[in-house]
Amino acid sequence: MSTIDDREALAQVDLLEPPSLNARARRRRSLVLVAGLLLVGTIVLVALVSLAWLPYEPSDTSGSRLEAPSLAHLLGTDRLGRDLLTQIMVGARIALVVGLGAVAVGAAIGVPVGLAAAFAGGWVDDAMSAAMDILIAFPLLLLAMLIVAVTGASLLTVTVAIGISVSAVVARLTRVVAKRVLAQQYITAARTSGTGSLGIVWQHVLPNIWPTISVNLGLLFGIAVLAEASLSYLGLGAPPPNSSWGRLLQEAQSTVMTAPLGAIAPGVFLVILVIGVNLLVDGLRDVSDPTLARAR
Amino acid sequence: MNLLEVASLEVTSPDGVARVKDVSFTVAPGERIGLIGESGSGKSLTAFAIIGLLPSGVTAAGSIVLDGTQVVGAPEKHLVPLRGRVCAFIFQEPLTALDPLMKLGRQLAEPIARHQGLRGAELRRAVLEALEEVRLSDPERMAESRSYEISGGQRQRVAIAMALACRPQLLIADEPTTALDVTVQSEVLTLLDRLVADRGMALIFVSHDLAVVSRMTDHAIVMRAGEAVERGSIAQLLAAPKHPYTAAFAESARRIEADFAAAIDQGRDG
Repeated sequence: MSTIDDREALAQVDLLEPPSLNARARRRRSLVLVAGLLLVGTIVLVALVSLAWLPYEPSDTSGSRLEAPSLAHLLGTDRLGRDLLTQIMVGARIALVVGLGAVAVGAAIGVPVGLAAAFAGGWVDDAMSAAMDILIAFPLLLLAMLIVAVTGASLLTVTVAIGISVSAVVARLTRVVAKRVLAQQYITAARTSGTGSLGIVWQHVLPNIWPTISVNLGLLFGIAVLAEASLSYLGLGAPPPNSSWGRLLQEAQSTVMTAPLGAIAPGVFLVILVIGVNLLVDGLRDVSDPTLARAR
Repeated sequence: MNLLEVASLEVTSPDGVARVKDVSFTVAPGERIGLIGESGSGKSLTAFAIIGLLPSGVTAAGSIVLDGTQVVGAPEKHLVPLRGRVCAFIFQEPLTALDPLMKLGRQLAEPIARHQGLRGAELRRAVLEALEEVRLSDPERMAESRSYEISGGQRQRVAIAMALACRPQLLIADEPTTALDVTVQSEVLTLLDRLVADRGMALIFVSHDLAVVSRMTDHAIVMRAGEAVERGSIAQLLAAPKHPYTAAFAESARRIEADFAAAIDQGRDG
């Protein structure tokens, strides 16, 4: 009897501590997470501070045009004499709000649609998949521009437009992952014990697809922030007085040779946020998914 | 009245191939029956057809009356109340039959809460009792574990606890010990035998192994390529198989028994 116990104990040790999960891999993973947290945290902090305090009023044009950085204007001023740091701080708020809002809209539409397709199967699934593929075939920006052009540009419509544009991506991923989970035997086992379809979704499908979906939503957040900047750059973003990094870039375009900081500063902030979010979700996935921790 | 009446059951796969042909049998309350056959013989499809859970595209025809309800062609909402309460299932591979992300206690609590309407502390006590009933030591720790953190034998015990949680009248065990090693297999069979006897449950035991089936039931149906080629008492199937296919099963069962006995003897000597 004791030999069996030993073997079972050994098997468990094997499962809990796979040899491939060595110290270096673990350190790398936590580094990624910390770096992501730092970068995203910086932007979130800037956005939070902007709610309580700004160096100048966003519409204050008291500075002279295209001032170089100084103690009064740490990043200089734009061609209207507005403080660039103020604009960027407000822009951080907009970027986060639009990014989160768009991802929320995308998930609210995409996850149920994907689940429905996976559950329905047959021709319903085929038809829904075809519709998703057609939507995905449209470049994200084009689709968002179309929606904004029809509804008129405001912070809300921009957010919803980007959300709708990314929802097809969410739906397609949800469908694939959910189909894989639905084929698992524990779903059959749950059915044999009398769990209804809604119970299957809540209890088993959603928790098991969430690690994959949430990572993807994080990546889409980065894409949504970029899309907002692009729409603003094209003049289709949230209109003033909302400041946007994309519009700052566009406005600095004509003066990029004389005052390069006007283009560089919003660009750098955009890069920090997008890279930070990507690192963060990558790190979070490894921490949050127990099966992945085991597989690595 | 019979608990289960299967009459002229036909199961057809999407490509039109008949996977189960004209199978009929009945199970009375408390009766045990074995379904024996090699893989692809249609024994598992027969088992899944009983609760109306065939893979998509696979269709059943004929008649299956489970506890007075016609299963063939019934809408899902009439079948859901039967599952778990009237008829429960145990699977071959307990690792894949348990949700990897859900704590075992919660997984076990779910059917208990649904069928017995328990909540909170009462529910927790029922979960721990269910784990104790399948002879799992340290049920508290077990309830907090996830399926990949425990051994194969422990997993199958949890799966049995889940299947029995709703006090079913009929238990269908689909090769429940095939994935376990021989000593654990024997323990699980003994446990299953005792639990089924204690509760007076009917049992359909699906296996390719006549030796294992002989420990659980007295009667069996031998299936081959979707047809029930022979049926009768296990003793009769072993001693005087009418069909050459059954004879092959009987022969292999005898060989396994002999090997097993030899292994035990060796163990005693060594």
